[in-house]
Amino acid sequence: MPDFASRRGLLFGAAAVSAGAVLTGCTSNESKDDDSSSDKNQAVADDKPGKEVTIGFAGPQADHGWLNAINDNAKSRAKKYKDVTLEATEGSNDTAAQIGQVETLINKKVDVLVILPADGKALTQVGLKAMKAGIPVVNLDRIFASAQAYRCWIGGDNYGMGLNAGHYIGEKLKGKKNAKVVELAGLDNLELTKQRTKGFDDALKNYSNIEKVARQAAEFTVESGQSKMSQLLQAQKNFDALWNHDDDQGVGALRAIKQAGRDDFLMVGGAGALSAFQEIKQDRGVLKATVLYPPTMAASAIDLARALGQGKGVSGMAEFEIPASLTLYSAVVDKDNVDQYMSTGFK
Amino acid sequence: MTQPASPARPVTEKSPPADEPQSPWRSLAARVDVRTLSLLGVLAVLVVIGGVTEPDAFLDTDNLQLVLTQASVIGVVTVGMTFVIISGGIDLSVGAIVALASVWATTVATQEYGFAGILFTAVAVGLGCGLVNGLLIAYGRMVPFIATLAMLASGRGLALEITDGKTQMVTVDSVLKLGERDSYVLGIPPLVLVFAAVTVIGWLLLNRTTFGRRSVAVGGNAEAARLAGIDVRRQRLYLYLLSGLCCGIAAFLLIVLAGSGQNTNGNLYELDAIAAAIIGGTLLSGGRGTITGSVLGVLIFITIQNIFALNNLETAVQQIAKGAIIVAAVLVQRRTATT
Repeated sequence: MPDFASRRGLLFGAAAVSAGAVLTGCTSNESKDDDSSSDKNQAVADDKPGKEVTIGFAGPQADHGWLNAINDNAKSRAKKYKDVTLEATEGSNDTAAQIGQVETLINKKVDVLVILPADGKALTQVGLKAMKAGIPVVNLDRIFASAQAYRCWIGGDNYGMGLNAGHYIGEKLKGKKNAKVVELAGLDNLELTKQRTKGFDDALKNYSNIEKVARQAAEFTVESGQSKMSQLLQAQKNFDALWNHDDDQGVGALRAIKQAGRDDFLMVGGAGALSAFQEIKQDRGVLKATVLYPPTMAASAIDLARALGQGKGVSGMAEFEIPASLTLYSAVVDKDNVDQYMSTGFK
Repeated sequence: MTQPASPARPVTEKSPPADEPQSPWRSLAARVDVRTLSLLGVLAVLVVIGGVTEPDAFLDTDNLQLVLTQASVIGVVTVGMTFVIISGGIDLSVGAIVALASVWATTVATQEYGFAGILFTAVAVGLGCGLVNGLLIAYGRMVPFIATLAMLASGRGLALEITDGKTQMVTVDSVLKLGERDSYVLGIPPLVLVFAAVTVIGWLLLNRTTFGRRSVAVGGNAEAARLAGIDVRRQRLYLYLLSGLCCGIAAFLLIVLAGSGQNTNGNLYELDAIAAAIIGGTLLSGGRGTITGSVLGVLIFITIQNIFALNNLETAVQQIAKGAIIVAAVLVQRRTATT
């Protein structure tokens, strides 16, 4: 994959407006009396305004729908709180550029950092630097190489995605003799793709009537999805179920399925794009479900960062502080519960 | 067009004296050179491999339609690229132009103008980018490598700016239908017809027109071409315009094929197109190349991918094998065509 370095503004001069909507600190009429924490109950973060927190947010360049949704979720969540100021950087896929952006946030002395690294391993050092400077880091999704580089990690469950997709398909094909399953994977040189496939295979092992007959990898793009899926359909003249790792490439895969005039199998997607939700809701095509990789994790990361900044725990848990690590659940969305998730679908 | 224009002999605008053919057969045999035959040989070997490993899936009409359809988009791009390389240049921006043209043509505003709006926009954006490339290189005296690299970066950037990273679905039914089975003409997909037309026009342009001869002359020896009265700069401008036009057409085909526009479209097309042209016998240093060879190069590439997918090979194996086959194809060519 070529790394198209930061290109934004090349044509328009570097006058790209920083996306960070710097919110004017709302003056909430807090009583100034500093309530000492002598109360017996642990303090949990809630929606009521508390201590003002400035959160620095650094992510990769939003070059596809899911990452866009990450940014949107972070920003809208920060807006929700009167006591939160969000300092968001432009976002870059270039390691050096992203390190620079995080260092800028450290120099600004933000209270808490939320970092979704373009490359987790490569950004470990700057995570460590922030922690040493006394700024706690919430590491989002792509994990740093050292646990010392973050105070809290929150992210998706790639293995669980495959597991849930496999179990869903397994249940649907129960009682079908010699059922055949096909897998359209994402970009194969990423570790997360391997994890998704492993989860999928592990789940299918529970169903002796099912055999995975083919697996081809696309590249998370519509174009590659169309291309690889059309080859898969040509190779496999009949199969019963398909798991596609990613709804973005699924747009292309669905196009190939339509072009081939096939409708003799059920398809499960991945990630949770709005277009997939709509397709599932209409229930007119092969796509019957998708397993989430929820971009709402960015909103939760803001919640955690706020709680961290205010020295509180998470509501609904007995602990006095936020957890060290949170792996999110990959829920299966099908037509029964799709309405509930529709608002989280990304374009 | 296999004779390299030798620097020693000034190129003239007159067509070289053709050998008087004694019979149509003789002239045909003279025209199909050894290089093309060796490429056909490579393709034949691939077809045999495909037929032996996956007889059911490989050797049927559906698969032939599939391979030709998959070859159409990159094929059209490669025709334009071949002209540029023959003239001693290079166009690294083809993938970015395809991406930019395809997202520009699929914005909501553009789609309101329907089929014509999408087609016109895709072609216009392709031509526009080609014009910028051509002006920078021909009149701005920029090295093609650098000028088109800049276009690659800014084109991709602008495509991202337009889409905001979102996939833009095509809602115009007539465009979508063009990529579906109902519109096949006598079993031939419309995309393949366009690819065939571009190939034939490209071949005629290179072999039967002054434009083609000038392109070869500029690539063989630009200075000699200038002395022979060719406006080298204007010729270069036209060549990058032509490449841009091909990218615009390819972008439209991709919109039809994928039913959407995405800023990631055309990923690494520049490398695939250059590789197909080189395998097809085009000299990277310019002055020699054939459209037939380049198109066969594309078909070889796509057939390889098709065989890999049908045999369900793993990605890593595919990548290694693809590299090995490229080397083998070039070596076969060198062996058979020692000039």
